Amino acid sequence: MGVLDELTRPAGDADVVCGVPARLVAAPRDTAEAAALIKAAQGRSVVIRGGGTKLDWGPPPRSLDLIIDTRRLAGVVEHAAGDLITVVRAGTPMADLHGLPGQQLALDAPATATAGGTVATNASGPRRLRYGTARDLLIGITVVRPDGTVTRAGGRVVKNVAGYDLGKLYTGAFGTLGLITECVFRLHPVPAATAFVRATTPPLHAAKVLAGQFAASALEVSAAPGAEPELAVLLEGTPAGVRERAATVARLLGGRVGERPPEWWDVPPWSPGDVGVKLTGTLSQVPALLATAVGAGATVRGSAGAGVLYAGFPAGPDAAPDGAVGAGRAVELLRAAAVRAGGHAVVLTAPAGVRETLDMWGPVSGLALMRRVKEQFDPDHRFAPGRFVGGI
Amino acid sequence: MTSIDALAARLRAEIGPRRVLTDRQELRTYECDGLAHYKVIPALVALPGTADQVAAVVRACAETGTPFVARGSGTGLSGGALPHADGVLIVTSQLREIVEVRPEDERAVVQPGVINLQVTKAAAPHGYYYAPDPSSQQICSIGGNVAENSGGAHCLKYGFTTNHVTGLEVVTPDGERIRLGGPAPDAPGYDLLGAFVGSEGTLGVATEVTVKLTRLPETVRTLLAGFRSTDQAGAATSAIIAAGVVPAAVEMMDVLAIEAAEAAVGCGYPAGAGAVLIVELDGPAAEVEAQFAEVSALCEANGAFETRIAADDEERALIWRGRKSAFAAVGRISPDYIVQDGVIPRTALPSVLRRIGEVAAEHGIRVANVFHAGDGNLHPLVLFDDAVPGESARAETVSGAILDLCIEHGGSITGEHGVGVDKARYLPRMFSDDDLDTMQLVRCAFDPDGIANPGKVFPTPRLCGERPARRRGAHPLQESGVAEVF
Ligand SMILES: Cc1cc2nc3c(=O)[nH]c(=O)nc-3n(C[C@H](O)[C@H](O)[C@H](O)COP(=O)(O)OP(=O)(O)OC[C@H]3O[C@@H](n4cnc5c(N)ncnc54)[C@H](O)[C@@H]3O)c2cc1C
Ligand SMILES: Cc1cc2nc3c(=O)[nH]c(=O)nc-3n(C[C@H](O)[C@H](O)[C@H](O)COP(=O)(O)OP(=O)(O)OC[C@H]3O[C@@H](n4cnc5c(N)ncnc54)[C@H](O)[C@@H]3O)c2cc1C
Repeated sequence: MGVLDELTRPAGDADVVCGVPARLVAAPRDTAEAAALIKAAQGRSVVIRGGGTKLDWGPPPRSLDLIIDTRRLAGVVEHAAGDLITVVRAGTPMADLHGLPGQQLALDAPATATAGGTVATNASGPRRLRYGTARDLLIGITVVRPDGTVTRAGGRVVKNVAGYDLGKLYTGAFGTLGLITECVFRLHPVPAATAFVRATTPPLHAAKVLAGQFAASALEVSAAPGAEPELAVLLEGTPAGVRERAATVARLLGGRVGERPPEWWDVPPWSPGDVGVKLTGTLSQVPALLATAVGAGATVRGSAGAGVLYAGFPAGPDAAPDGAVGAGRAVELLRAAAVRAGGHAVVLTAPAGVRETLDMWGPVSGLALMRRVKEQFDPDHRFAPGRFVGGI
Repeated sequence: MTSIDALAARLRAEIGPRRVLTDRQELRTYECDGLAHYKVIPALVALPGTADQVAAVVRACAETGTPFVARGSGTGLSGGALPHADGVLIVTSQLREIVEVRPEDERAVVQPGVINLQVTKAAAPHGYYYAPDPSSQQICSIGGNVAENSGGAHCLKYGFTTNHVTGLEVVTPDGERIRLGGPAPDAPGYDLLGAFVGSEGTLGVATEVTVKLTRLPETVRTLLAGFRSTDQAGAATSAIIAAGVVPAAVEMMDVLAIEAAEAAVGCGYPAGAGAVLIVELDGPAAEVEAQFAEVSALCEANGAFETRIAADDEERALIWRGRKSAFAAVGRISPDYIVQDGVIPRTALPSVLRRIGEVAAEHGIRVANVFHAGDGNLHPLVLFDDAVPGESARAETVSGAILDLCIEHGGSITGEHGVGVDKARYLPRMFSDDDLDTMQLVRCAFDPDGIANPGKVFPTPRLCGERPARRRGAHPLQESGVAEVF
């Protein structure tokens, strides 16, 4: 029996990526086994699966022989509390990293998502305003390249400029440059106190919070057709400090202070079958971006403090509310608004049938160079072929 | 006519005669950066005044296979801007315009030669500043900061250059101008911006930089604590971090560094201190006051025999003066010195400092320690006298041994000064051949002919496209149009 037979099993009914069925599935136990697997899988196309929570993000693969599942590549290798870092295997569920004693990996991600998947998608939530995204918190990484070479970048210390910062390149690459097997993250202390301020108020009032001295950890907006827009602010710190700042922010926005976030906090504004779009723009353009999206029939949530919004709307004109436009037209409108705002509109998810009609990534600057990078790492275009920008 | 003469003639025609230097005396001005014992006179210096002119110079280099090196203010401490004897040095000193300051977007757009502190000066009237603050901020350029991923005392809380740059315009080594990132976060596609930051001029020349502006804090509080030993000061640092406080800065100096600073600037640190700690907290007033009380108590609990609190900006400046002058100050107590830059996990601080002391004693060399204690970034100053035969070699040995200690403890051979020419030979102690090979895949994508700052960072260059499996040009699917669908 060859190595590939030993390390894989035939794919089952559930082993599908965006409607494309795989032929084989493997769940390597460690980096060495993953390297052996990938070496043995030369010539085959590969998609990596973490928690599988966001495999429907991005276009379908052009071909799919093998799914590499990171489920067994799991576990916290080390939590060095005094150094505020943790070393984790890529398949570790984010739930395990939310509850480190006294410390946290300050990334908002669903409990069942994996560390590797969160890095590969550079997904982020409300607290990015204070803590940044996976890009900012990842300090070291181990990757198995498409040719099976095991390679590391970064290290175990936060401050480190030795060699190229390849962690940044793998972050948000959607598994097109190799398999992430281990990550080292910077941690933060769990704040002593937190409070939320919630207000029904026009989004442009977010600027008042940013201009103030509140050091907000999150500044979120929620808007939908026919509903009053809301702002919500997360404050973290010492009990006395949080109390004082929360009261001031509540007065400023005409809102109220609570212990819990609003029900829409960190919940993507789309349901299965909807189109989900990520919108970015400069801070001053957030209100305009919101207005365009809501005008096109979308429900929008996201960080008014960071300029990163998520918009969701029904895919078919039948399901859409009165006056709403079709998915293709809505994406065009959103993209034009995002470009005006200095940012981008990326379709994260859309149901089969609609997905094929949409330009999911939109225009990307530096694409020729990105192709050259892909060519260097994966000259045979085997890893997640066609799932990334420009058909990479 | 030599090839350089031909290149000079072409560049004079393209960017103007005053922007091209070939006179040996003028070239000599640029023979070294902040690491002055490496010296090379470049074949030609170009002083472009626009991004287009930078592109013209790089294109000329690409077409003639001439190496080029970018240079900002030349304050780098790893020989990154050391010229190439047969190459062009592209100096950004004529690119000093602050293009835009947009407090409402928390962004500024600047040319690469703009001095770090000027960005803060331009933003401050609006209540904002540029957070990365290398000690050289009065002279170093933003382009140099981008290339080195520079940090400063306050990066413990605020992060490094890479966390504060959202967009770049870059001239790639083939002479093309491209944009990476932009004013908004999370540009789709590979994070080439993230790969470019910290690449030490080996991936091209940054011609425009979009940076984040940070709200000026409501309150800043600074404390100076004197301890009997570095062990005590290290324990206090650990206790502060363990308490969940994230200070803006935690800086430490040992007895020799204090002695030097006193001799140089008379900073009046607590008499008899074996170590001092500077702790700065910033943020909303109520937060800072509560945490400041905690920090003072933790310093005292860990043996601080004297603590001083800056009452105003002037007193704060006084506390910082000793720290900021430390590098230059050791010149007062030693004719020559090496500034080392290494990183260790913070918890290893006491044992590593002890080992540095032992290694230094074994070789009869003195080491003064100044460092960013909060993030374990050491700056041991290895003191020697070049006039004493053999001493510089012994200092070099001690300096190298310090890097080995950093690696042994899971740290890094550089926290902010970069690899440059100086540490290329140490890089393989930290990374495997495969790791370095992988980094150079990125190099091959940007610069297949290896003309951008050759000989820096990597001890052995990778021949791009050497592997038989590697395809040249576009992928067949791409050529047939399939991969271009979207
Ligand atoms: C505001 C917001 C809210 C969100 N809410 C939700 C939510 O409610 N529910 C939800 O499911 N998701 C949500 N997400 C998205 C989710 O957080 C991430 O996409 C998720 O962390 C992906 O993890 P996963 O393990 O499920 O990855 P998968 O879905 O398995 O994979 C995602 C991508 O990463 C690649 N990948 C996975 N692992 C690796 C690896 N080890 N190496 C290389 N590539 C890899 C895959 O090939 C794929 O392209 C949200 C995101 C945002 C921004
Ligand atoms: C007294 C002193 C204190 C210092 N303190 C600190 C500190 O606290 N923290 C810290 O991080 N560093 C510090 N440094 C080091 C140095 O100041 C930084 O590395 C700084 O970023 C270098 O900027 P520069 O403009 O002088 O660059 P240069 O020295 O001119 O060049 C540095 C590197 O950047 C490349 N480069 C320059 N401009 C560009 C461009 N436009 N595009 C692409 N590549 C470019 C060069 O090729 C070279 O590799 C200190 C130096 C001194 C002398």
